[in-house]
Amino acid sequence: MSASRPVLEVTGLSKQFGGIVAVDGVSFEVREGEILGIIGPNGSGKSTLFNCILGQLQPSAGTVRLDGDEVTGLRPCDLNRRGVSRTFQLLQVFPELTVRENLILAGQEHQGTMLSRLFGRRDAGLGAAADRMIAFFRLQHLAQEKAGGLSYGQQKLLDAAMAFMAGPRLVLLDEPAGGVNLTMLANLRERLRAINAEEGATFVIIEHNMEFVMALCTRILVLAEGRVIAEGPPDVIRRDPKVIEAYLGH
Amino acid sequence: MSARKLLAFAAAAIALAVLLVAPFYLRPYGIYILSLWAVTSIAAIGLNLTLGYAGQISLAQAAFVGIGAYIAALMTTNGLPFYAAYVAAGLACFAVGWLLGYPALRVQHHYLAFVTLAFTTLAFLVFRNEEWLTGGIYGITNIPRPSVFGWPMRRAINFYFFCLAHLALVAAATWWLIRSPWGRAFVALRENPVRALSLGVDTRRYTLMAFAIGAGLGGISGALYAPLVQFIDPTPFSLYLSFNLLLMVVVGGAGYFAGPLVGAVVAVLLPEWLRFTEGYYLIGYAILVIVLMIFSPTGLLGLADRLTRPQSKPVGGTVDPVAAEKEAVS
Amino acid sequence: MADILQLLVAGLATGAIYALAAIGFTLLWQTSQTINFAQGEFVMMPAFLVLAGMTFFNLPFWLALIVGFVLSVLILGLMFKKLLVDPMIKHGVLPLVIATIALGLLLKESVKEFYSAEAQAFPPLAEDVTIFIAGAAVSAQSLIVLAVAIAAVALLQLFLARTRTGRCMQATAQNPAVARILGIPVERMILYTFLINAALVTVASVLVTPIYLAKFSNGEYLGLAAFIAAIVGGFNQVRGAIVGGLLLGVLDNFAAAYLSAQYRAAVPMLILIVVILFRPQGLLGRVEERTV
Repeated sequence: MSASRPVLEVTGLSKQFGGIVAVDGVSFEVREGEILGIIGPNGSGKSTLFNCILGQLQPSAGTVRLDGDEVTGLRPCDLNRRGVSRTFQLLQVFPELTVRENLILAGQEHQGTMLSRLFGRRDAGLGAAADRMIAFFRLQHLAQEKAGGLSYGQQKLLDAAMAFMAGPRLVLLDEPAGGVNLTMLANLRERLRAINAEEGATFVIIEHNMEFVMALCTRILVLAEGRVIAEGPPDVIRRDPKVIEAYLGH
Repeated sequence: MSARKLLAFAAAAIALAVLLVAPFYLRPYGIYILSLWAVTSIAAIGLNLTLGYAGQISLAQAAFVGIGAYIAALMTTNGLPFYAAYVAAGLACFAVGWLLGYPALRVQHHYLAFVTLAFTTLAFLVFRNEEWLTGGIYGITNIPRPSVFGWPMRRAINFYFFCLAHLALVAAATWWLIRSPWGRAFVALRENPVRALSLGVDTRRYTLMAFAIGAGLGGISGALYAPLVQFIDPTPFSLYLSFNLLLMVVVGGAGYFAGPLVGAVVAVLLPEWLRFTEGYYLIGYAILVIVLMIFSPTGLLGLADRLTRPQSKPVGGTVDPVAAEKEAVS
Repeated sequence: MADILQLLVAGLATGAIYALAAIGFTLLWQTSQTINFAQGEFVMMPAFLVLAGMTFFNLPFWLALIVGFVLSVLILGLMFKKLLVDPMIKHGVLPLVIATIALGLLLKESVKEFYSAEAQAFPPLAEDVTIFIAGAAVSAQSLIVLAVAIAAVALLQLFLARTRTGRCMQATAQNPAVARILGIPVERMILYTFLINAALVTVASVLVTPIYLAKFSNGEYLGLAAFIAAIVGGFNQVRGAIVGGLLLGVLDNFAAAYLSAQYRAAVPMLILIVVILFRPQGLLGRVEERTV
């Protein structure tokens, strides 16, 4: 299980929009089983960094490596099929599909080929897996409900569950705690830690909610104005004067 | 079974009864109109796959219907069996659709709409100019009706049931497609392509498939149209038909399974009822579409859906999907 | 050589008209994500408004022109925006595209039913005289068309670059979200683009109709020309629309002269398909950031 190479390696990633440099030469690694938190004041480039890693945007410079293979600029669907999942800052579940259907959708593209899926089973063989995921996230009573009818917190759980359906190597979570009430937050944090422990999944999390990040993450990266200004375990970061200044300065 | 489902079943049952019984009480022209509706519906179902499920505007459906019709006409007037022509038409149009869509869907901004617009105009020119192949403006005449197991379809009512059977076949196949994992992928790419991509759904491939299959269905529709009217010339296969098919799908309700069928009723029957007004029905049709788009962009079936939907309150607060979409893109 | 010059000038003239239609089309797309499928009919309409003024109200040509211009800006600009685009923008791009397709059909059939299905003569801006330049017989009409079109575009560019409103409009076209943050009244700027489009199509209409006669079906090829010019030039650039239009006009004219009449109409289509295949961002466009 020892990871001789990191799951994710980002080297010298930069992104420019016209004259504005949103991400400036960011480099970091994520080892297997880690929960890395990326924090920073508004406008520090966190979301842009994510989008560049995930193929949503083309980086202006730098490389992204997954298990040693270069994946810079691959389309999000290709990256997903190599084992990278994400959740979105603003909820993106499919409101017209049921909870169970949402989960089957989340995993179906990893089953067989496109043609085999046309002629195979309706649930692409994922019925049992979906039920297991529903049980894990404690959504049994909502399994047949249309996702659009769920509460915000419940949709957040579904969103996270969808990210795990395909058994990903790496999950990137974009502000998972946003807009969630305290009880649901504790629930979410606990479920994420459980998956990390049980499946050894590796996470990278962007968050504003300091408590959430400090309690969950094993290591933290701090971005300000597109650059990494600090990196280390939560209690070290908490006391780092550069970090405090970056936040207060805004 | 909920009241809504009961209502839908009842409506379908009544429609089926009418389709099976009415032709016995109609004169040949009335039967012809019904047959035309069935054949048009097939083309509309194909376009619904492209527009309603994959969210792409195609203005090439008329060209595919035309290509299918000419293939069928040429093959059957040269002694080849109808089913060979039928299959050839479907496959050829699928292939052309695939070739056309492949480059056009690599770019954004609804470029497919413009490419298909150009393609239809080009196809029409070929139909009209290549006399050695298509007979040019003189067309192809004496297209024979097919015979099934030796049973000829010369009588209007027999051929009507032949068309109806094909419509049922196409509808069943499409229903099965929509219920398969592909259908789920279509819903995903229609509702939220960004999210779909992040889940591994290759939106480009699925869109291309929807477009190509839709094109193939257009070809099949054409292959049935040729023996129905028994004479074809370039005139019907113009941009105007493409617009008509598009409006038909939208008026019925894009993305609804029965949408194209309802839309085809409006598009085929309306001109008959308003025959005497000629151009006015088009004006009325256009106004209807505009009003529908403003108040119920999901068409007539969408309207029915909304009106019969039980007033459900969400379990908790939910995110406003429109605002969410705007934010996700910014 | 003389022939080529003649064809070139005529081609540039029609190209300039296509460019006017394409500029408005591009502006609408840039500022409000409106794909106006009725753009061709928009170019067809104003000529009929002018003709209506002359036949039904016995207005002299110059007065009919003014009335036609004002009516066009009101109907194709203000009313189009308020009655059609605004209520629909919340439903997304697709319903709006469908609605503009229906609108095009509505305008076309209305003209056919309420005015005439026959082609009508339309008075040119000036008498057509043949001028001899470098031994080529060039139509004065073409030169006048070019002059007026260039003047219109120059005026537009001046407005966009030199006036405050114009610069605000440019900002809105480039990035409406940022423009809003900067305090620019984006809604008003968008309204202005609709009005400008209406003005541009009116000029195009008055220039093109004397050549091709006023017919309800003109919109078909004029719309196609506008779309192709916009895409060939680079869909998100006004300069691209100009280049695309001129290029299309010249190629189209040469094709008409040297190719069979039957396939001359295929040339614009082929240009479109080639551009989309090999250079989808158009001649002047930048490769778009992949947002999906």
